[in-house]
Amino acid sequence: MSQEKGRFGKFGGQYVPETVMHAVEELEKAYNKYINDEEFNRELRDLYRDYASRPSMLYYAEKMTKDLGGPKIYIKREDLNHTGSHKINNVLGQLLLAKKMGKKRVIAETGAGQHGVATATVAALMGFECQVYMGREDTQRQSLNVYRMELLGATVVPVDSGTKTLKDAVNEAMRDWAANCEDTFYCIGSVMGPYPYPEMVRNFQKIISEEARAQILEKEGRLPDAVIACVGGGSNAMGMFYNFINDKDVRLIGAEAAGKGADTTLHAATMTKGDVGIFHGMKSLFLQNEEGQIAPVYSISAGLDYPGIGPEHAYLHDTGRAEYVNVTDEEAVCAFEYLSRTEGIIPAIESAHAVAAALREAPKMNSDQIMIICLSGRGDKDVYQIAKYRGVELNEQ
Amino acid sequence: MNNRIENRLAELKSQNKKALITYITAGCGGYEQTEEAVLAMEKAGSDIIEIGVPFSDPIAEGPIIQGASIKALNRNTTLAGIFEMVKRLRQKTDMPLVLMLYINTVFKYGVEKFFINCKEAGIDGIIVPDLPFEEFDEINPTAEKYGIISISLVTPVSYDRIEKIAKSAKGFLYCVSSTGVTGVREHLNTNFADFLERVKKHSAIPNILGFGISTAEQAKYLKQFSDGIIVGSAIVRLIDEDDRAGSTKRITELTTSLREALDSQD
Repeated sequence: MSQEKGRFGKFGGQYVPETVMHAVEELEKAYNKYINDEEFNRELRDLYRDYASRPSMLYYAEKMTKDLGGPKIYIKREDLNHTGSHKINNVLGQLLLAKKMGKKRVIAETGAGQHGVATATVAALMGFECQVYMGREDTQRQSLNVYRMELLGATVVPVDSGTKTLKDAVNEAMRDWAANCEDTFYCIGSVMGPYPYPEMVRNFQKIISEEARAQILEKEGRLPDAVIACVGGGSNAMGMFYNFINDKDVRLIGAEAAGKGADTTLHAATMTKGDVGIFHGMKSLFLQNEEGQIAPVYSISAGLDYPGIGPEHAYLHDTGRAEYVNVTDEEAVCAFEYLSRTEGIIPAIESAHAVAAALREAPKMNSDQIMIICLSGRGDKDVYQIAKYRGVELNEQ
Repeated sequence: MNNRIENRLAELKSQNKKALITYITAGCGGYEQTEEAVLAMEKAGSDIIEIGVPFSDPIAEGPIIQGASIKALNRNTTLAGIFEMVKRLRQKTDMPLVLMLYINTVFKYGVEKFFINCKEAGIDGIIVPDLPFEEFDEINPTAEKYGIISISLVTPVSYDRIEKIAKSAKGFLYCVSSTGVTGVREHLNTNFADFLERVKKHSAIPNILGFGISTAEQAKYLKQFSDGIIVGSAIVRLIDEDDRAGSTKRITELTTSLREALDSQD
C-alpha cells in the first residue's frame, strides 16, 4: 500500500496528546529498526514456536461441513495457543520490542481479559512490572481472567470512569502512559491507536494468515473462497485477512457484535452504524452521537465491546475489499453451543460471532468451495456467563 | 485587527505583568452558571479564559475535569449551545476567550463550520489536546483562515520536538508543567528552570505553564520561570451545581488570590 505514513487511505494517523508523542516517536523508531531485523524475527519465531505453541492447527471441521451442506469448513485454531487466544502473538512481538527498548514496566488495557492475560504472561516471562486496566464491569464479567492476571504477577486496575468497559480501560491506560512514558511501554491489544500501533499489531498477527494460507494450499492445493473472523478492534481479523488481501477471489468477512440488534441502542456494530471520527489516536469509524460524543456500546462479549475499529479495517471496508456482517448476542450464543456440540470445541464468545457468521454464510455456498473460520480464542472463560444467559444457575464452589 | 489573545499578552508584557489564564468546563451547573463564573473570573483578574467543551472521553483530563464533563453532558451541553453562550458573553466582555476541546468534537461538527461559528461567536483561540504537531493540518489552516489561534502544547518530555512546535506556535505556548493529565497536584517535580530554558531557546511568544497548578503558593513560585500560569481543575472543583452563588464566590476568591500572587513583588 503506497500510503502516507501511518495512513490507510484517509484512516489512521497519530491523534494523541503531546504528552505521549515523544513515546510514540520512540516506539516508531524502535519498530522500524526491528520489524525487519533478522535477529529480532528469529527470536520472535522461536517464541512463537516454543512458547506460544505455533503454528496453530488448521482443522477440517468435517461434521460441521456435513451438517451445513455447504463449503468445506476449516477452523484456524488460535484457541490452542498458549493463554488461549491469538492475543499472545501480538504481545510476544510488542514485549520483545519493549525489552529491546530497555523499558521496565508495561501497561495494557483489556476487555474480555484475554489481552490482559497474554500481557501478564509475557511480562512474567520477560521480567516486566505489569499493570492492566480493565473496566469495572468487565472485571465482574470476567473475574476468572482477573485472577489469572494476578496469579501471573500483574496488578489489575478496575476502571470506574465512563461506561466502565474496554474504551474506558484504553482511556485510563493512555492517561497512565502520559504520566509514565519514560519507563513504560504501552502494549495495545488490537490494531488500533496511533501509528505505528495499527500496522505493528497487524504485523505481529499476520502470522495467522501466513500459516493458514500455506496450510490450506498444502491440504487442498488451492486458496479458500472465504475467510471469516470476528471484529472488535479487529486484530485477529487483520491477522486472518492480511495474507489474503492480494488474493482477490478470497472473500474476507468480518463479524461484528450487534448485541441485542443493530437497530436497538444496545450493540457494538461499528461498521454498520458508525461514522468517521477521530478518537484513541486514530481517524476511523466510531459509534458516536451527532455531537461526536463516543456512544456507550453493548455486547455479550467483553472483547468486542468497543465503539471503534482499527483504521485498516475502515479502509478495507471503504474500498470494498472486506465485507462486514453483524451478529447478535443470541446468534453468537447459539453458535457457541453449536460448535461445542458439533465439533467438541468450546469457542470464546468473541470467536462464536465468527462461527455464527459462518453458519449464516455456509448454506449460501457450494460444496466445492472452501471456508476458513478464525477461532480466535477458547471459551472456558465464558462458560459461566453463557450459563447465566441461558438461565442456568452454576454453583461456584 | 490583531487577535484579542495577542493584544492582551502584549499589553501584559508592556506592563511587566504575568498572565493568568483560567479554565472552566462549560455547562457544568448549566450555561448560566458558566457565564456567571466567566464574568466573575474576569473581574477577579483573569486575563484569558478557557472554556472547556465537555467530551465523553477526555483522555488528557484528570478526574476533576472528567467529572465536570459528565455533569455537563448530563445537562445536554452541546457545542451549538456553547456558541450561543459565548455570543451572550461577548455582549458583556471583550476579554480573550479560548475553547478547549477534543478533535472529534471539531471534526464531527465540520471543521469549516466550526471556525465560522467561532468567529461569529467571538472565540479567539482553541486548544485541542489530542491534536499533536503531526496532525495540525487537520484544522490549523482553516483556523488561520478565520483568524482563530490554535494553541500548541509542549511538555517536559517533548525534547527535540520543542523546536519545531515552538517555531510554528501562535498566541502563546502552552507549557505542560508535568507529565500526565490535568488535575490538582500538591508537588510539581519538574525542573522548571531547565524546561523553560529549553523552551525559550526556540519560542518567540509568551510561554505559559499549565497542568497541576492549583494554589497561590504555586503561582508565586512558578512565575519566575514563565510568562504566566493556567489554572483549571482547581477552579472546576469549586463548582457546586446546586449552589451557583457559592460557586461564583469561591471561584472569585481563588482567582483573586492567584492574581495577587502573580502581581506581588516578593
